[in-house]
Amino acid sequence: MQLDAKIPDGPIAEKWDRHRREMKLVNPANKRKFKVIIVGTGLAGASAAASMAELGYDVEAFTFHDSPRRAHSIAAQGGINAAKNYPNDGDSIWRLFYDTVKGGDFRAREANVHRLAQVSNNIIDQCVAQGVPFAREYGGLLANRSFGGAQVSRTFYARGQTGQQLLLGAYQALSRQIHLGKVTMRTREEMLDVVVSDGRARGIVTRNLVTGEVVSRAADAVVLATGGYSNVFFLSTNAKACNVTATYRAYKRGAGFANPCFTQIHPTGIPPSGDHVSKTTLMSESLRNDGRVWTPTKAGDTRPANQIPEADRDYYLERRYPSFGNLVPRDVASRAAKERCDAGHGVGPGGRGVFLDFRDAIQRVGRDAVAARYGNLFDMYHHITDSNPYETPMVIYPAPHYTMGGLWVDYNLMSSIPGLHVIGEANFSDHGSNRLGASALMQGLADGYFVLPYTIGDFLARAGNSGVAADAACFTEVEAEVNARTATLLAVNGKRSPDSFHAELGRLMWDKCGMSRTREGLEEALRRIPEIRAAFWSDVSIPGSGADLNQTLEKAGRVADFLEFAELMCRDALDREESCGGHFREEYKTEEGEALRRDDDFCFGSVWEYQGDDAPPALNKEHFTFEHVPLSTRSYK
Amino acid sequence: MSSLRNALRSSVGSKTLMALTGLALLGFVLGHLVGNLQIFAGQEKLNAYAQMLKDSGPLLWGARIGLVVVFVMHIATAIRLTLANRAARPDAYVVQVNQRTTYAARTMLMSGLIVLAFVIFHLLHFTLGVTHPEFAAEGMVDSAGRHDVAKMVVLGFQSIPVSCAYVVAQLLLGLHLMHGVSSLFQSLGVQHPQLAFLERGAGRAVAAVVVIGNCSIPLAILAGFVPEGVVL
Amino acid sequence: MRFKLHVWRQSGPNAKGAMEAHDVDGITPEMSFLEMIDLLNEKLLADGKEPIAFEHDCREGICGACSMVIDGVPHSPERAVTTCQVHMRSFQDGDDIHVEPFRAKAFPVLKDLVVDRDAFDRIIQAGGYVSVNTGGTPDANEIQIPKVAAESAMDAAACIGCGACVAACPNASAMLFTAAKIAHLGQLPQGQVERGARARAMVEQMDAEGFGNCTNHYECMDACPKEIHVEWIARMNRDYLKASLTAKD
Ligand SMILES: Cc1cc2nc3c(=O)[nH]c(=O)nc-3n(C[C@H](O)[C@H](O)[C@H](O)COP(=O)(O)OP(=O)(O)OC[C@H]3O[C@@H](n4cnc5c(N)ncnc54)[C@H](O)[C@@H]3O)c2cc1C
Ligand code: HEM
Ligand code: FES
Repeated sequence: MQLDAKIPDGPIAEKWDRHRREMKLVNPANKRKFKVIIVGTGLAGASAAASMAELGYDVEAFTFHDSPRRAHSIAAQGGINAAKNYPNDGDSIWRLFYDTVKGGDFRAREANVHRLAQVSNNIIDQCVAQGVPFAREYGGLLANRSFGGAQVSRTFYARGQTGQQLLLGAYQALSRQIHLGKVTMRTREEMLDVVVSDGRARGIVTRNLVTGEVVSRAADAVVLATGGYSNVFFLSTNAKACNVTATYRAYKRGAGFANPCFTQIHPTGIPPSGDHVSKTTLMSESLRNDGRVWTPTKAGDTRPANQIPEADRDYYLERRYPSFGNLVPRDVASRAAKERCDAGHGVGPGGRGVFLDFRDAIQRVGRDAVAARYGNLFDMYHHITDSNPYETPMVIYPAPHYTMGGLWVDYNLMSSIPGLHVIGEANFSDHGSNRLGASALMQGLADGYFVLPYTIGDFLARAGNSGVAADAACFTEVEAEVNARTATLLAVNGKRSPDSFHAELGRLMWDKCGMSRTREGLEEALRRIPEIRAAFWSDVSIPGSGADLNQTLEKAGRVADFLEFAELMCRDALDREESCGGHFREEYKTEEGEALRRDDDFCFGSVWEYQGDDAPPALNKEHFTFEHVPLSTRSYK
Repeated sequence: MSSLRNALRSSVGSKTLMALTGLALLGFVLGHLVGNLQIFAGQEKLNAYAQMLKDSGPLLWGARIGLVVVFVMHIATAIRLTLANRAARPDAYVVQVNQRTTYAARTMLMSGLIVLAFVIFHLLHFTLGVTHPEFAAEGMVDSAGRHDVAKMVVLGFQSIPVSCAYVVAQLLLGLHLMHGVSSLFQSLGVQHPQLAFLERGAGRAVAAVVVIGNCSIPLAILAGFVPEGVVL
Repeated sequence: MRFKLHVWRQSGPNAKGAMEAHDVDGITPEMSFLEMIDLLNEKLLADGKEPIAFEHDCREGICGACSMVIDGVPHSPERAVTTCQVHMRSFQDGDDIHVEPFRAKAFPVLKDLVVDRDAFDRIIQAGGYVSVNTGGTPDANEIQIPKVAAESAMDAAACIGCGACVAACPNASAMLFTAAKIAHLGQLPQGQVERGARARAMVEQMDAEGFGNCTNHYECMDACPKEIHVEWIARMNRDYLKASLTAKD
């Protein structure tokens, strides 16, 4: 596999401008002759579809949801970053760039990250013009808050519903283009494969989820904006339908999959109260601004929190990281919680939880002030757990949340398959091995509004029309494979639900490839995954047919892909013999138990190339160089 | 113009029409009430008032035609909307629990139709004298030669079934207005936190005034009240 | 806990549906309502029967996918929650629970509890946006918006498009949904230019979809998981009337 990142020449701050200057343009009159398929209409996909339709391309967009407005992006709570420096606290494009590269533990491409920081400001302008009701100060200007331990206030927010409001903005822009006839919107239609022939993506094969019809869709370029794969853990903060199918099928058609083991475990999830739990709910990171995290000093202390005296409380984050305290980055906070629980100090169900305590904040600023800041989050917690956080500390535990890994893309956001572009959480992104809070929304919208619409034009101008229609042999072959797979699934006629396999896989992945990983654990997982997979294909039960709405069938297809993808993830984790960001290998830590990054041997992105079902994937490397943010060890002591 | 026509046919426009026609009808109801209450001031006052109305000639006919048009519009729109509303939920719920709506709100068409029936009866009864030809007869005049409305009313309401029908009809009109007047503000887009009391209270207040006012006449007469000057 | 669940089953858009009774056992009070259905579905699957089709995704009350009428009220009689936020501790052990799809002509049932809510998308497509293209917008702080206006716009913008308002309305009216979007954009300076045209276009589309008319029952407001207020309907009426009276066409 040829990995050419196509990073433009020149000083980092000028690369993007220069690149835009040098790009080939499509003649405005010809744009409508180019058909672009966009799979996924979350923040990344909806913004791209709207922007490209505005430019004049013939856009066809797909989502398996009933409406673009239901994409997982809707759930983001905290906010979106931009380097506006409105609060005048010393922020700049450079600082956002620097923080993101460093926060990502030096496993991202500098040029991409700088561009992200550059366009971050345009995103806020765009969203405001669309009518996104961001929070305001009394003077009428935009409000900012500090988020995720950043040293500056650069996060824009709309109450606790920032993702919702941004998605509605993009959805509205998209709706306008649908109304104008520039976008053909296909809802409840799931992409099941990519069609590649003669070294170029030619289109996709989809299944209509209501009628079961399998259809070939040809285009001059294909864009995947299909989100992340945190649900490989079964329990995660992601929406239930999030899955890896689109990117994994593209991988099997030749797209390189980069850093699949880079997953983010968020420190403040609500721990599952039992086996019945179907999904973990996130408690916003902002709670750590005022809440103090602690566990009982004595292992196995089962007294209720309020009866544990100060002397018997271990504020372990403040103890271990005196300068950042409770505001250490997500990966650090998550691991520290796990360490406490593994050592027997955990609280709550099964001892898998730590306290997040607002007692001192309430004493300091009063109950009303705390309610004004976190009231809705407290209510949400109270509602889910039936316990009142004003009176007893919350119990929290890390939960899978975001995936930094994804399909490899070059500077133009094109995968290793020409004509196949990948944006949003689905690509291997700008977040390296750890994403900072409020920067996923920023990246998704940067890709969709301000990067892809330019770079795809360059591709189309150079490559021209695809010239392969949907009835060509390459399509009918893939269609036949998709149909065969559905038929095979339906024919198993076993006893177990797809969910039960998913849960089994999730538990295994969480234990062996979750917050901390070991060689033995990963090897064990690599032995067990094929077993679960074999059991799935011989014992899954899918009543009903493929010719109508069949949610079990949909789920089974997604679980089948997770069952293959999980292996790739463990393989990547095994191969990466270092600890960085969200990837922590027990074998590679400092004497104090902190992550030990090994820049000499692992300063690269691992790009996996599919070699067939029976052969191990090949590893390709994109080496990262850091010219502007010197490689250094993150320290939050 | 076409936009206005479309607007009047739209859901919001139809609601506006309902509210405006309802408001006009309410104006009539209140005016009618004030006029009739003069019966308590005696025969002279009431009959003079009635004569004054009669003498307004073209004005009276204008008002009558206007009223009929408004009434027809109100009814026609009500029927059209109600049918559309039913069509919007072709399959009923097996179990349905209402949380806020009122009996008055749910029975607008029924209360309206009963009021309509009553209005027809009322016209036949007093105005056209179809049910009681003697009310329109030549002999029904007072000492000044005017139509003796006061006497007619007394004679009319001395019949227990007639009075009962009136009272029942008024109660239904009250029910109609209880919801109607409150929702009129919403339909016309009159909405402000400081006017919230209007929306909450206006329906009940107006309904109370109309019901008490209109019922007071038959009830008083049944109780033996005879306006000053009326000779039976 | 154990319950007797009466669930609407309908095999397809044109099929006739009926309530089907199931005993569910082994429920704990911490379980969410959807997890209870998950459990029932596992049981059905193990017996080789088709599980109950229902929509859900975020399971935290924001995507608006979940859509059941529980015991006669959309999302359940509990206030200000979506179906996915209902927990079994809200029920009494041994209860009979009735579950039906949202019912409206404009929301045809696709299967069991799944309905087609595309009509909402078409209402937004008709005009629920500010017509700006990507790029070329002024600096965000050039548009100053009083905090109260921004907060009020946000109150209306909180709508999750679930359709509970339609499901709850005795007339299956979509006015709360439509009005909330009109009020969201109509309260912001960015939304002024198209304010009247937007109100007209969206109301016309709403009518074309076959929703009923508001007769001010206000059931929608009580069913709304985000407690969107009916005051927006009055505002929409006002905007619409003004626009229709002043329109040039
Ligand atoms: C609880 C939570 C809170 C978060 N809070 C924040 C925050 O405060 N700030 C922040 O920056 N980030 C936050 N994030 C992360 C952020 O929300 C996501 O990373 C981001 O929204 C992903 O957007 P996306 O457009 O890439 O994908 P998604 O929004 O996941 O959209 C994926 C789209 O692809 C479609 N799709 C997928 N597969 C297929 C297929 N095979 N066929 C057809 N369609 C398909 C889906 O229907 C959907 O439309 C949060 C995440 C979670 C889980
Ligand atoms: C004196 C007679 C009447 C008066 C004063 C009156 C008054 C009103 C008022 C004020 C409203 C509220 C409008 C709104 O919602 O904004 C209303 C609504 C209504 N009226 Fe009447 N009305 C009268 C007669 C009738 C009759 C005869 C009918 C019979 C068809 C009727 C049927 C209705 C219906 C169905 C509504 C509800 C319409 C809706 O909300 O969409 N009314 N009326
Ligand atoms: S599942 Fe998203 S709101 Fe209920």
